[in-house]
Amino acid sequence: MAILTRADGTPDWRRRTPKADLLVWAGWFGAVALTVACFQFISDRTIWPFVWDAPAQGADLIGRMFPPRWSYASQLWKPLLDTINMATIGTALAIVIGVPLAFLAAHNTTPSRLVVRPVVLFIIVASRSINSLIWALILVIILGPGILAGIMAIALRSVGFIAKLLYEAIEEIDATQVEAVTATGASRPQVLGWAIVPQVMPAFAGISVFRWDINIREATVLGLVGAGGIGMQMQASINVLAWPQVTTIFVLILGTVLVSEWLSARVRHAVI
Amino acid sequence: MSATHFDAAAAARAWRPPPLIETPWLRYAVYLGALAYALVAFSTIEVNWTRAAEGVERAGRFLSGFFPPDFVTKGDDILAGLLESLTMTVVSTGIGIILSIPVALGASRNLAPLPVYLFCRGIIAISRTFQEIIIAIVFVAMVGFGPLAGTLTLAFATIGFMAKLIAEDIEDIQASQAEAVRATGSSWFQLLAWGVLPQVRPRLIGLSAYRLDINFRESAVLGLVGAGGIGDTLNTSFDRYEFDTAAAVLIVIIVIVLACEYASGYIRRQVQ
Amino acid sequence: MLLSIEGLTKRYPTGDLALDKVDLQVPAGQVMALIGPSGAGKSTLIRCVNRLVEPSAGRVMLDGVNLTALGSGALRRARRRMGMIFQEYALVERLTVMENVLSGRLGYVGFWASWFRRFPRKDVEEAFRLLDRVGLAHMADKRADALSGGQRQRVGIVRALMQDPKLLLVDEPTASLDPKTSRQIMRLIVELCAERGLAAIINIHDVALAQQFARRIVGLRAGRIVFDGPAEDLRAEGLTDIYGEEDWSQTIRKAEEEDEAAEVLA
Repeated sequence: MAILTRADGTPDWRRRTPKADLLVWAGWFGAVALTVACFQFISDRTIWPFVWDAPAQGADLIGRMFPPRWSYASQLWKPLLDTINMATIGTALAIVIGVPLAFLAAHNTTPSRLVVRPVVLFIIVASRSINSLIWALILVIILGPGILAGIMAIALRSVGFIAKLLYEAIEEIDATQVEAVTATGASRPQVLGWAIVPQVMPAFAGISVFRWDINIREATVLGLVGAGGIGMQMQASINVLAWPQVTTIFVLILGTVLVSEWLSARVRHAVI
Repeated sequence: MSATHFDAAAAARAWRPPPLIETPWLRYAVYLGALAYALVAFSTIEVNWTRAAEGVERAGRFLSGFFPPDFVTKGDDILAGLLESLTMTVVSTGIGIILSIPVALGASRNLAPLPVYLFCRGIIAISRTFQEIIIAIVFVAMVGFGPLAGTLTLAFATIGFMAKLIAEDIEDIQASQAEAVRATGSSWFQLLAWGVLPQVRPRLIGLSAYRLDINFRESAVLGLVGAGGIGDTLNTSFDRYEFDTAAAVLIVIIVIVLACEYASGYIRRQVQ
Repeated sequence: MLLSIEGLTKRYPTGDLALDKVDLQVPAGQVMALIGPSGAGKSTLIRCVNRLVEPSAGRVMLDGVNLTALGSGALRRARRRMGMIFQEYALVERLTVMENVLSGRLGYVGFWASWFRRFPRKDVEEAFRLLDRVGLAHMADKRADALSGGQRQRVGIVRALMQDPKLLLVDEPTASLDPKTSRQIMRLIVELCAERGLAAIINIHDVALAQQFARRIVGLRAGRIVFDGPAEDLRAEGLTDIYGEEDWSQTIRKAEEEDEAAEVLA
């Protein structure tokens, strides 16, 4: 917002000063230029004839995907159950590890701001930076292919997520309630249990269910690198180009994800 | 204060600590359900424990393979992968945001008529249900290997993410402000620019920064299915058992994610 | 002397001197009002007594025990003897009224007993008796955030009394309440102190309320005591010492008038 003075001395209103105006335009120009340059880079690495062929390819793909091979579904119930188990057990494991980490990381509950907090924050960031698929890739090498690697991959990725959101919630609690409980002569663990836990309980429930919902989605693809679940069947079907089977898998995933999303929305609604 | 005699002893006998879940049948249903699920889950998981036990020793060898990380031998590959990831991130975020705005407007019940609303919600649902990897598989099948498939995947995922959250924000705007703008005789676009945009802008900018961050993280795994980016480099190094290079790639990813997170956190603090 | 404060000084890390060598004695059973402008150090003073704020220098003696020298375990035991009542009630909002009241006993029970809400029967009985005394026994299983301001403050009072204290530290008990409820709360505090023979230090903004309910008034200004005497002795000069120059003639009389008005309304 700027009030300028015109040549004849009368005041004039502009949204920005000319200099700020120029900066904003330069910013937009820079952003567009960067995007175009980046696109150029991608374009150089793209075989465009393939792309022009994409509509035909897409139509062809869809043609081959339909009708879905429903009979294949009977072989999918076990992998689907495995997928849900991976997500659920992985989330539970992540909660068990992540909750103590959150209390160690929050600056109002950490036992030591100088040593413990930075170490825990680093663990949280490392866990969050690495996608569960990459965790799975590593764990399959260590633990061998199968559902255990999947559970651990889900858990390792979720620890950081849960701990980060939870420690932020702990840092936002009302300090006077903590003060009041401290003033009754409560010990530190009692203050934690009576003043802090009740305040973060809704956030905790919401975060856990939210992550479980995300994990259902993630668990569906971990099989691509051999970490168990329905992704293994997907990988196998794609490898032999059995597209009608892939469609069946997609439909099952879609159904599972919708149910889990509905469930998680219900639980989150109930606790708030 | 009470006129009648109050029997504190009887009240104390009758008092029970409040349970976690209020309704008794729901409480027992949840406990029983959890128990039943735990039984089913643990009886159906097939884990090869002997193989997992070997994992400890393997993990040792594996981790020693990680050290010291080797940035040099495959330096060019890492750099190329990184550049690809970054360009994919920029382009997909840009395209995704631009496309998500109309979808968000259409998915806001207070702005759009019902048919448009349902259509836009449908787009959001599809985009959010499937894991990025699955979408990437489809795009790779359509446009061929390379960063373009990854870019399209991320742009598609960005639309669902941004449109859903922005639409929620638009539905939460203060109706009185929009009404005041409409009362001045503004057109529909003027209403958007003066009544809606000022209220949603902080969230829009914050979410864009957040999504940029997520897109980079995701771009690091899309390479696993051939959709370009640093994930390609990572996958190749795992395949060739060049664990020291893999470690270097992981470190690069963590550092960039940290930088992105810090930057997006800074931007979000600035606009709020 | 129940409480005696000697040379109490508090300097915050920011360099602000909140309390400057305060000496204060409170005998058992005395209700004392602490008045003074915002930032005079009222809040800091009572928080230094139970060491929610660590004093920089000086001594606080409660019943002959030097609180400032206690280790953390002994400090927790000493805190049980000092009930605290807060400005914004400071109830744990997601716990029920009964749980909030029982939290006053935390200093007496072990961690696991408190985690599973297993309190001795006589504690629960006492809680019900006190809730009944303040007219809230029927609310025991309501969540604290479902209560009105006046009700919450009464729960806060009961929580403090559950500690079986000798001394009440009361921080602006009426700041978030309307005039009528303020008077009811003040009256309740004073009555309960008389019933149980408790001493109280009440931080309060409202001079008229202070004069009406407390026998002794202490005025704090910039971390020093500038007035200490019976409520009747607080005149315009005293108020000028505490708050600075202003026309005080209306303030001193206002108390009785407002109270009459409140009675009429009730």
